[in-house]
Amino acid sequence: MRASDGWQLAQVNVARARFPVDSAQMADFMALLDPINALADGTEGFVWRLQTEAGDATALRPFDDDRIMINMSVWESFEALRSFVYLSSHLEVMRRRREWFERMAQAYLVLWWIPAGQLPTVADAKARLDMLRERGASPAAFTFHDRYPAPDPSIDPNQGRFQYGRVDSRDSTPSARGARTGR
Amino acid sequence: MTRLGLLQDPIRAALYRYVIAQDHDVGRNEAASAVEIQRGLAAFHLDKLAEAGLLEVTFRRLSGRTGPGAGRPAKLYRRADREAVASVPPRSYETAAALLAETVEQAGADLTLQGAAREMGERAGRQRHADVATEDALRGTIMEALNDLGYEPYLDGPVVRMRNCPFHALSERFPPLICGMNHALISGLLSGLDAQSCHARLDPAPRRCCVAILSKNNQD
Repeated sequence: MRASDGWQLAQVNVARARFPVDSAQMADFMALLDPINALADGTEGFVWRLQTEAGDATALRPFDDDRIMINMSVWESFEALRSFVYLSSHLEVMRRRREWFERMAQAYLVLWWIPAGQLPTVADAKARLDMLRERGASPAAFTFHDRYPAPDPSIDPNQGRFQYGRVDSRDSTPSARGARTGR
Repeated sequence: MTRLGLLQDPIRAALYRYVIAQDHDVGRNEAASAVEIQRGLAAFHLDKLAEAGLLEVTFRRLSGRTGPGAGRPAKLYRRADREAVASVPPRSYETAAALLAETVEQAGADLTLQGAAREMGERAGRQRHADVATEDALRGTIMEALNDLGYEPYLDGPVVRMRNCPFHALSERFPPLICGMNHALISGLLSGLDAQSCHARLDPAPRRCCVAILSKNNQD
């Protein structure tokens, strides 16, 4: 799946920290944040990541549970994201994830295509995560393992034909040209 | 673990499957023709399989002649009887591995897996008489040990890397889990070899194993 004109790939992952972020047990993770974020920022294909004034997203608590943290970003392509997550120093953080974060019983990571230039909000992220949890993977909300290509480039994301947030989740193949008209 | 690693090589796996499917003991020429490779390469792989106990070896004169001048006996291979694992197709292990990995992933038991992998690596390392006299000798010992575990090590300057992932299909599906396991296994191996001057680090890149072994002195 190469970069698709007009579309970029958003990702969000949530995780429940095993300890308070200022605890000694989380120290290594917190120390890795800045270098890993800087690495992302400088990676080819990186577009944007969610952050507060502090420079990362660790202060955000979008859920009632005070231990659940969020990470969200946007990339030019699936390959750019996957390459960063698994083929860079970021892999080391993944290797140690269970030192710092519990495994969530529900889906904790979701990917979706977003019109280029738009930025996802936390509300968007929650909606996509819910979509994945309720219906399984679909073109509107998917995973690394069950992934979908960007929508048909003939769909102009800025013309309003593509109803942002209301993609037919029954589609399992790329839509044919014009198939989305009238939606 | 060693046996599963041995069958990763597609040529070796093809030779193995051919030999065990025959109703007669198979010589090197026959096996080489069947798999369409050179005799010498077939011999190399067949002997590896025999070393690991997956195949048994007999010597027999194929011509049926006896006595002086009858010619050297041929080295023949057949399925090893004693090991149940030899009769299980590799695909069944792939299914089991995928299910077990999925279970570890869902249970969030990464650290348990890493602990088990480290212990396995340590045991494998302790079984070897490690030559740690010089850095070169140590690297040689490490590379032999990695080879036995199914890796294909090579030197990249002073750094030991491995050409491909022995768990490739699994690592595509569960990268953090399998790369973590891999790192722990190799770290354990180094520990078992008492190779104190070097350590394993994650250094992923396309089409190679995610782990590199570096000397503690030269931090790249």
